[in-house]
Parts: sequence; C-alpha cells; structure tokens
Amino acid sequence: MKANKFWAWLTFALGAAYFIVPLLATFEFSLRMRRGEYSFDAYASVFADPYFASSFSYSVVIGLMTIVVGILVVVPAVYFVRLRMPWLRPLMEFITLLPLVIPALVLVYGYIRLYNSSSIIPFTGSALGTDILLTCAYVTLALPYMYRAVDNGMRTIDIGTLTEAAQIMGANQAQIIGRIILPNILVAILSGAFLTFAIVIGEFTIASLLNRPAFGPYLVGIGTNRAYEPAALAIISFIITWGAMGMINVLGRFAPRTSARTD
Amino acid sequence: MTTASPPPRRIPWDALAVAPFILFAVMFLFLPTLGIVGAAFTDRAGNFTLDNIFGLFTDQILAAYWISIRISGASAILGALIGLAIILAIIRGRLPAPLRSAVMTFSGVASNFAGVPLAFAFIATLGRLGLVTIILRTVFGFDMYRSGFNLLSFWGLTLTYLYFQIPLMMLTIAPAVDGLKKEWNEAAQMLGASQWQFWRYIGLPILWPSFLGTLSLLFANAFGAIATAWALTGSNLNIVTVLLYNQIRGDALQNPGLGAALALGMIVITSLANVIYLVVAARAERWMK
Repeated sequence: MKANKFWAWLTFALGAAYFIVPLLATFEFSLRMRRGEYSFDAYASVFADPYFASSFSYSVVIGLMTIVVGILVVVPAVYFVRLRMPWLRPLMEFITLLPLVIPALVLVYGYIRLYNSSSIIPFTGSALGTDILLTCAYVTLALPYMYRAVDNGMRTIDIGTLTEAAQIMGANQAQIIGRIILPNILVAILSGAFLTFAIVIGEFTIASLLNRPAFGPYLVGIGTNRAYEPAALAIISFIITWGAMGMINVLGRFAPRTSARTD
Repeated sequence: MTTASPPPRRIPWDALAVAPFILFAVMFLFLPTLGIVGAAFTDRAGNFTLDNIFGLFTDQILAAYWISIRISGASAILGALIGLAIILAIIRGRLPAPLRSAVMTFSGVASNFAGVPLAFAFIATLGRLGLVTIILRTVFGFDMYRSGFNLLSFWGLTLTYLYFQIPLMMLTIAPAVDGLKKEWNEAAQMLGASQWQFWRYIGLPILWPSFLGTLSLLFANAFGAIATAWALTGSNLNIVTVLLYNQIRGDALQNPGLGAALALGMIVITSLANVIYLVVAARAERWMK
C-alpha cells in the first residue's frame, strides 16, 4: 500500500510538472521585455494596442451572440424531445456529435462554398451577414457542449411534472419554457454558456477564413510580429479560460439545490 | 388554457420548438458537408468525376495526411495513456480529495487552453529562447536544439498537443474509473488475484470501451486542429489542415475539386476513427453485461 501511494504521488508530480512548467516559463518570458530586469512592459504594450481592445470586444460580442442563439436553438428542442418526442433523441445525439467528428476547418470550407456572395443565402456578401455566419459557425462548434449541459440539466428536474403543474395553473407553452423550465436549468445553461465562451473567445480558424477582426486572428498577427507580447497574451488568455471554467465550478455548487426542490 | 383549445395547438408547438434545431443542423452541418462531398466528385464543368479523389494520391498530399495521422495518433495514444495513469494515480491511489477537485478544475481549463495561446506558451517554454531550453543549456550544459529537438517538428507538435489531450482524457475517463468498485478489487484479492491480475482481467477490460471511445475523440480532436500548428510553424508544416487552410485561402492546389476531395478525406478519416470505436465498444459491451 505504501509503495502504491509513492507511485501515485510520483505520477501526479510528473504530470503536474508538465502542466505547470509551461505556465511558469510563459509568465517568466512575458516579464523579460525590458533588458536586465523583470517588468510588466509586455502587458502594458498589449493593453495599449487599440487592436487588442477592438478585436477582444468583437469576440466578446460574437461570443455572447453565440450563447444566446445556442440557447434558443438547443433548449426548446431538448425540452420537447424529452417531453413528447423521445424517439427523436438518437437523432439529436447524433447531430450534436457531428461537430466533434467533422473538423471545424471542413465545416467553414462548406460554409464558404455554400453561402458565398453569389448563392441563394449570401451570408458572406456583407459584413453583417458574415458576422451572422460566424455566430452560427460558433453555435455549431459549441453544440456538443451546449446540448450536453442542457440535457444534463433537464435530467435532474422532472420536466413532465413541472409542465403538467404549470398547465393546470393555466400557463401557456412559452410561459412554461421561459418561467418554469429555464430558471430550473439556469445553472446548467450557464455552464454551457461559459464553456461556449471559452471555446469561442480565441478561436482562430473560422474567424480568419471568414476575414473577421476577431481575437484569434489578432493573436496570430501579434505572434508573427512581436517577441514578448505573445507570452503576455498567452497568460491573459489562460486567465480568461480559467475565469470561465472557474465560473462553471462555482455554479456547480448551486446545482444540487435547484434539483432537490423538485424531488 | 388561455385562448384556443389545446389539442390543435399542441402539434405545431412541438414541431415549431424542434424546427430551429433541425433547420440549424441542416443549414450548418448537413448541407455544407454534402456540398463538399458533392464538389469532391464534380469536375469544373459540373460532371461526375473521380479525378479529384485520384488527385489526392500525390506525394505532397499523401505526406500531409500521413504526418497528420501520425501526430494525431501519437498525441491521442500518449495523451490517453498518460491521462489514464494520472487519473488512476489520483482516484485509485487515493490522493487527497481537495487535490482531485483542483486537478479536475485545472483539466477543464487546460483542455480548453488550445489554439494560438497554447502555441505561444510552448514557444516561451521550449522555443529557442524558451525558459526550459535556456535552463537546460546554461545549468545542465545540454543544448536541445543541437541534439536534434525542434519545437516545429513532429515531436514538438505532439508534445504541445498533449497539453490539451491529457486533460481531455482525464475529464472523459474519470467517471469510468470512478465506476470501478472497490468491492471488485477486494473480491479479486480474496480469490487470490495479484494487483497485476486484477488490472489485466478486471480493471482494464472494464475501462477498455471508455478508453477507446476517448481515444477516437482525442484523435479527431488533434486531426482537425490547426490553430496551434499554424501559430507555431506558420504555413511551413505540411499537415493536412494547413494544406486545406491554404487551399481555402487562396486555392493553393489550383483545383477547387481537389480541395473538396482533401476535405472529404479528412471527414472519412475522423469518421473511420469513430466507426472503429463503435464496433469495438459494441463488442466490449456484449460480454460486459
């Protein structure tokens, strides 16, 4: 048993080293901009860059749009399939797995071919149209995670009973979804939302192929032109990802309370 | 029941609620994919052709597929084995519970810390001026780059991909490892099994389907990745995603049909990985019941 414990700690320590060393190294590198001493010059330089603010806020807006569209697409579908059309479940599972099988690069290639400016739905014909297409592409990218989060949320509450109770009280379908189901699965939805945000915020491939001024393409531009700013940006990105994931964890603590009430 | 009687309203409501989802799937998953499949079998004049598929069998394209498969395979297999080892150490080695939850949170972060920032982090770590490179050279007198290491190579990219592959493995395999009941180990011990025999005949066979499932997920994950490779190497590395990216950007192959065939090939490979998993998982489940 003692030897067992030793190997467990050793495995853990080696793994931890692999994950912590790059973070430390990146942080150290980001402080090296001024010669001979450590400074936060690289961070100051990043924050002073107007393209940082503009590309970051662009990606935040697209990220929020992605979350809203994702919720509107996924929540009603999961609710009605669970409640009335369970035979559609395998199809939904299949559809939501597809974005994990078909590479994002291939999907965006398909979008560009299908929705170019001379097609029936010319998404890429205008900036606004391209923004909409980018949002939809991100919804697709986040679909597996959003679906799983919402589906898990609905599993923990008894939607059948809640719906019947609401119907007896005279609620219509929109009220049931908006005021009964949504608040009950809010924690699950927010988890999906933060995960979506973490995926979308630094996404490079789709944004760059659609030529939108997002954070991901900005990062690549900085990577080719600057030495120390990329390291600072990597640390900033890590903190953002950490923040989004941390929120999911904090929210997770509230989750059991929601479901316990309906037992 | 506010206005109309419920029976006639119920059916359109159901359909209406699922319609956006189905429409979305058709517009942004099925049609684009079918469009690519169609284009892969169409020549410039719009006739059916297999030339695009045959066109894939050139040295450059085959090499690109092959290095992509090798990097994805290596990072998936190594990521799966290392991730499983760490999870087993934490769960079966009974490391303190707070440590476990910290590790799972970190895995959630690290598995999403992919793309461009990850490339920056590894350049700052193992690049020519990276901290580890410098420490190894000045303190230990070992020059990694002289002894053949290069971050912008097969092993460099694999090592970088492991940073999101290992945590992804840990997150997906943890429930399965949790499912290994303590009683099974005790029962096996009472029947005289050694630890090795327990893992050989009980533990690993039970984990096997989950292991393979995650393996195919990791493979597809790495196979479709481009941002990390792009930020690390620019367009220098001849992997299939970089080739396709250049094709989409500026028709680098000078043949749109060939580009579509290239994309089709990627779908076929990631689908194959998943089909293999489904077959093995079905077989494993048959005798697990």
